[in-house]
Amino acid sequence: MTGLGRLGRLVLIGVPFFWLALFFLLPLLIVGKVSLAESTIGIPPYTPLIAHDGRGLKLLATAANFALIASDDLYLRAYLGSLGNAALATALCLIIGYPVAYAIARCQTGRRQLLLFLVMLPFWTSFLIRVYAWIAILEPNGLVNQALTSLGLIAAPLPLLNNQFSVELGLVYSYLPFMILPLYGSLSNLDRSLIEAAADLGARPLRVFLGVTLPLTLPGIAAGSLLVLIPAIGEFVIPDLLGGPDTLMIGKVLWDEFFNNRDWPVAAAVAVVLVAALAVPLLAAQRFLERGHAR
Amino acid sequence: MIPPRAAGWFGLGALILGFGFLYAPIVLLVLYSFNASRLVTVWAGFSTRWYGALLHDEAFGAAALTSLEVAAMAATVSLVLGSCAGFSMARFARFPGRLVFGFALLAPLVVPEVILGLSLLLLFVACESWFGGPSRGMLTITVAHATFGACFVSVLVRAQLTGFDRALEEAALDLGARPWTVLMRITLPGIRPALVSGWLLAFTLSLDDLVIASFVTGPSATTLPMAVFSSVRLGVSPEVNALATLFLCVVFLPVAFAGWLMARAERRRQLTQQVRGE
Repeated sequence: MTGLGRLGRLVLIGVPFFWLALFFLLPLLIVGKVSLAESTIGIPPYTPLIAHDGRGLKLLATAANFALIASDDLYLRAYLGSLGNAALATALCLIIGYPVAYAIARCQTGRRQLLLFLVMLPFWTSFLIRVYAWIAILEPNGLVNQALTSLGLIAAPLPLLNNQFSVELGLVYSYLPFMILPLYGSLSNLDRSLIEAAADLGARPLRVFLGVTLPLTLPGIAAGSLLVLIPAIGEFVIPDLLGGPDTLMIGKVLWDEFFNNRDWPVAAAVAVVLVAALAVPLLAAQRFLERGHAR
Repeated sequence: MIPPRAAGWFGLGALILGFGFLYAPIVLLVLYSFNASRLVTVWAGFSTRWYGALLHDEAFGAAALTSLEVAAMAATVSLVLGSCAGFSMARFARFPGRLVFGFALLAPLVVPEVILGLSLLLLFVACESWFGGPSRGMLTITVAHATFGACFVSVLVRAQLTGFDRALEEAALDLGARPWTVLMRITLPGIRPALVSGWLLAFTLSLDDLVIASFVTGPSATTLPMAVFSSVRLGVSPEVNALATLFLCVVFLPVAFAGWLMARAERRRQLTQQVRGE
């Protein structure tokens, strides 16, 4: 608004800007700083970067933490494991979410509102509890195994929990709404006359879908994929509760490094590498979200 | 075209499977919270004993109070900060640092929680060594939650302001209203759905957060997700099932209310459009 004056404008922009600079941007810089320090016993448990040594100031930065990450293949496997799990979860969310979003977009307006609301509702309930709910279902004496045993289909319980399968299931389950919503956004903006035109010109349904619907909903596919992929890569709760000894994900490695090994500099270095790896998808995500606003 | 009937069956199947997948675990959780047996998978009849046990569990009670207090404060700060930020991004096309500001508003929505938590903790630790405070606990959790809550609020406010009819504001200004009056009487009421859902979103996100709170808390404050997490790590417990059911009720009811409010606003908007069109 033009009439607010310079002061009003300054306050409106300045207050949240200052807050975010202080509590989001500055902390990221501090992570960078701590990643160059050494671990010590004390409070805080890392060495300062600049120290007096009698003659003057001395820079004490070390790249040892990054060297450790590069040399110990635990970290590389964890990064790749996260990426693999997250990419598979993204693909599965797309395969499950697309038909659901498609069906919602074809409903009548009133019912559509209700269905969208139902897609969003689990997102409002506790993430932790939704992940926890799967434990009772997948346990060796859980619901699935009991049902299968009582039907006589299996003799011994299937190993459903604490492995790759349960982690993947948890990821797909938790992030599915993030895929459905942007897909729905794209599908509901789709110009139906284009589909009808293609059909009138004799294209078969599959051809219409691959040639018209799918290309036109690519922005929704991209936005949904980023919204699932990026948070899933850094996920901690799901690999911790549903994962087993063979689950290596970087969010959990960072957590263990920090809380169990109490090695803050290595945890910070893991975070720096993760942010660097996520920078490209993050910027892509921002461009998509910005474009959504511009429309 | 796909034959309408086949398409209809396909769509119905997709909806049933999709929503079944989303809701089956939640429904089972609620059912088993009324199970008399301690064993989760054995149904031993209807009972509310776990709710009774929960009432007498002081650790959960204290954690719930902490969580509610933090969530209410964080959501309120989020609402103020996020509205200012959303307004700035929607209305001021150009100002120095807009690009950085926009990035800082959207990045916390997707940056992994472990990184947000670790970075904020390192800030608070640095603050403690520089200024001797604040000590870690409820205050630091509130600040952390307000930061990412503000980002969510700003997205909602910005989206609603983008669709907002500015002619109303201009008309009020032309009629001699002061900018402040226009803001209070026209703009804020106009974006009320975004403000209500933004506050609720920030509130539930705060209530739900485990990872960031675990990083930035001190020995003095335990939130509900932290209490649940340490209990869940030891295995499934019926008390947690009861707690989860209560939690679902606490969240479902206000969200259902907000959804109803928004649906009503949307219906009214469509109605006015129809009236205008005729």
